[in-house]
Amino acid sequence: MEQYTLATQLVQYLIAGLTIGSIYAMVAIGFNIIYNVTEIINFAQGEFVMLGGLIMATLCHWLGVPFFLVLPLAMLAVTGIGVMLDRLAIRPVRQPTVMTLIMATIAASILLKGAAMLLWGKDPYDVAAFSGRVPIMFLGASIQPQNLWVMGILGVVVAVLTHFFGNTIVGKAMIACADNPSAARLVGINVRRMVLLSFALSAGIGALAGIVITPLSLMDYDRGAMLAVKGFGALILGGLGSFPGAVLGGLLLGGIESFGAGLVSSAYKDVFALVFLLLVLFIKPSGLLRSGAVAKMKRF
Amino acid sequence: MSQMILEVKGLTKRFGGLMALTEVEFGVQAGVVKSVIGPNGAGKTTMFNLITGIFPPTEGSINFRGQSLHGLAPHRIASLGISRTFQTVELFGDMSVLENVMVGQHCRSRGSLLAAGLRLPSVRRTEKAITDKAMELLEFVGLAEHAGEPAASLPLGDQKVLEIARGLATEPGLICLDEPAGGLNEQETQELSRLIRAILGRGVTVLLVEHDMPLVMGISDEIVVLNFGQKIAEGTPRQIQQDPTVIAAYLGEEEDDA
Amino acid sequence: MKKISRKGLLILAAGLAAFPWLAKVVPGLGSYPEVMIYAGIYSLITMGLSVLVGFAGQISLGHAAFFGIGAYASAVGTATYNLDPWLCLILGALLSLLVALAIGVPTLKLKGHYLAMATLAFGIIVFIIFNEEVDITGGPDGLSRIPGLSLFGLKLNTTMSYFYFVWTVVLLVFWFCANLLESRIGRAFRAVHGSEVAAMAMGINISSHKVQAFVLSAVLASLAGSLYVHYINFINPSTCNLFFSVKLIIMIVMGGTHSLWGAILGAVLITFLSNVWLHAFQEWEVLIYGAVLLIIVIFLPDGLAGLPEKIKGWAGRGQPGKAS
Repeated sequence: MEQYTLATQLVQYLIAGLTIGSIYAMVAIGFNIIYNVTEIINFAQGEFVMLGGLIMATLCHWLGVPFFLVLPLAMLAVTGIGVMLDRLAIRPVRQPTVMTLIMATIAASILLKGAAMLLWGKDPYDVAAFSGRVPIMFLGASIQPQNLWVMGILGVVVAVLTHFFGNTIVGKAMIACADNPSAARLVGINVRRMVLLSFALSAGIGALAGIVITPLSLMDYDRGAMLAVKGFGALILGGLGSFPGAVLGGLLLGGIESFGAGLVSSAYKDVFALVFLLLVLFIKPSGLLRSGAVAKMKRF
Repeated sequence: MSQMILEVKGLTKRFGGLMALTEVEFGVQAGVVKSVIGPNGAGKTTMFNLITGIFPPTEGSINFRGQSLHGLAPHRIASLGISRTFQTVELFGDMSVLENVMVGQHCRSRGSLLAAGLRLPSVRRTEKAITDKAMELLEFVGLAEHAGEPAASLPLGDQKVLEIARGLATEPGLICLDEPAGGLNEQETQELSRLIRAILGRGVTVLLVEHDMPLVMGISDEIVVLNFGQKIAEGTPRQIQQDPTVIAAYLGEEEDDA
Repeated sequence: MKKISRKGLLILAAGLAAFPWLAKVVPGLGSYPEVMIYAGIYSLITMGLSVLVGFAGQISLGHAAFFGIGAYASAVGTATYNLDPWLCLILGALLSLLVALAIGVPTLKLKGHYLAMATLAFGIIVFIIFNEEVDITGGPDGLSRIPGLSLFGLKLNTTMSYFYFVWTVVLLVFWFCANLLESRIGRAFRAVHGSEVAAMAMGINISSHKVQAFVLSAVLASLAGSLYVHYINFINPSTCNLFFSVKLIIMIVMGGTHSLWGAILGAVLITFLSNVWLHAFQEWEVLIYGAVLLIIVIFLPDGLAGLPEKIKGWAGRGQPGKAS
């Protein structure tokens, strides 16, 4: 009997870990999209997730329309904010060193957080789960349908991006910018537009992550920074710039956090993930998964 | 065998699949000007980076005054007495001309952070000595009147000379000059040539990488020729000028590389 | 570098001595020696950060942690164990030094974004420890009834006495940092910032110097933390949260990272902003910080300390534009 409960618990932790890991993976993918085109780490990436959840919550309350009609609206709104971030915070920087760009994105993240606090206050918001809250039993563990939605959405994001970067002209142009901006400019690609697009795309994916996680963990104005740090952790685990690495890194980090919280101490759940991140940074800053096969697949 | 200050044996450097240097061997006698020439991409700057410890060789050994440099960090190699300048100027742009040279004295002076913050008498003495030495070097290279100006405000020619002064401030036995004449006009190049002789006069051996052939031929005691990472010839300027392999290697280059 | 002005130090000292009088005369200042105490305490941190960020060219988004280590060392040592406050202050500084060494040696091998994120993660970890180790730190409720300081038998229990005490420390630290920056070690810091490869070739051990700058800034932050708890006699984790680390960075960016004067200026301005001038807009505070930081980063990359040069530039040939 005892063993059965432990096994059940482990399955439960695994599901929870994969769920939150999927969110970290989406944040990491967002980081990557901007980094690959601009070599900027956008410290405001977590704010996109926060805004996605909060805007979705508001739209649902206000309009009371079915969910899947509002979802694109919420994503669009955050995408617009991503575009503004590039136009108002990144492009105007006159001495674009790593340091000033870090500062600019930090400033933007504070701005967004401050604005969110003014608009939504400090209380957390909920959004209806996509398909109800009746748990599904799986190997004795109870799973919210929303858990499956989160993992499913990550799958969709990966599939769409694979298609986008592999088969569309715009996607290939973005990759060209990443590989060699001046050469891309020479062949007539508008690099500035690609940078803008990378912010838009990355904001949209962040928003989606926020929308899909809110029914499980609620959302408030203050969540962005931690999400950004965890997402960056996922990115480092997978190796900066690598998309498959971002997904694996995210899931791994989510797993560590979930098992650490369940088996060791829930109070220190964030510490496990962060200490692991620091260890990886110290020992192998090029990324844990960045070896051979994964490194060659810089993109999906 | 006369006194060798630097001995390079079987030096090989691979970057991934690319062989930047293959089994290069040569020695530098103390008190001479030895030049390394070769077409672009022959591995000259790579060799400087190996000698000064910026990255480790794949294989081979470098000995300085009989001591192996294997595994030593760049700052240790600098304290042993090898200094250098850079092909693309690497001055500390926001520091003054004088301060740039003073930085060179870092490894010849001592003093802890605490002592420096408290400005103990010993620190004051050290600072005075460093300043005097740096001023002496600025006078030596002829930049004393610009001492207080920001290094970045100097014209390129003077920046190159300032790099030499900064390199000399580490009180080296050997200084590696990486294309010091690059971007200089004819008159500046002549002054540079005089400066290099004066450096020899201070007892410092010079290892020179340079494209300016009249300068190299005029000033070098010996020349090593690299091509595609391999040594193809070594000898006096006269021998090199007549070497058929060297002439062949340079024929294709002549047009686009003056 | 032009010599760091010591004359300014005298003027500042005179201004501080006259502050109680000034505060009565100048309307904007009100009567806020208390705010100036906080400003002084934060100046200690920002001067260290200025050495680290502006001169040695490294970044830290986790300095609130060192402030917290100093604060909690003093708080726990005096309130829980009845130890001498000065001893606790020194123990806190030593602990910060050790932690800074342990975290700095591997971290400072990292560059740019990696360094920023590593220090950020470190700050969050320490913050969580303060929150969770309830037995030692009192958890989210914090520790109270922390005794005040006394110096040579003189009790520093009035606002004015603490004001003079803190600002005397600030002037001493300024003097220390200015000496340091004008010494061979300060030049080595700036050389590492200017060109790592050239610094190495000149015989500078770059990782050792980065760590020294990091440790110095950590010890100063720890000192500030100790002075802070002995003034307000209370500490809780939210005092040293992530936003405090970011606020410290905003201070030095605002004042100008490349100037000790800028460090003090930034600390004073932001402290007045958050304690006095923005008091009316509490909810807007975060938003305004973001906007201020963004405007400074975009238009005044050298901070307010760079403003005179900038105006000279505008008055002269126009500013030398740097192409992106």
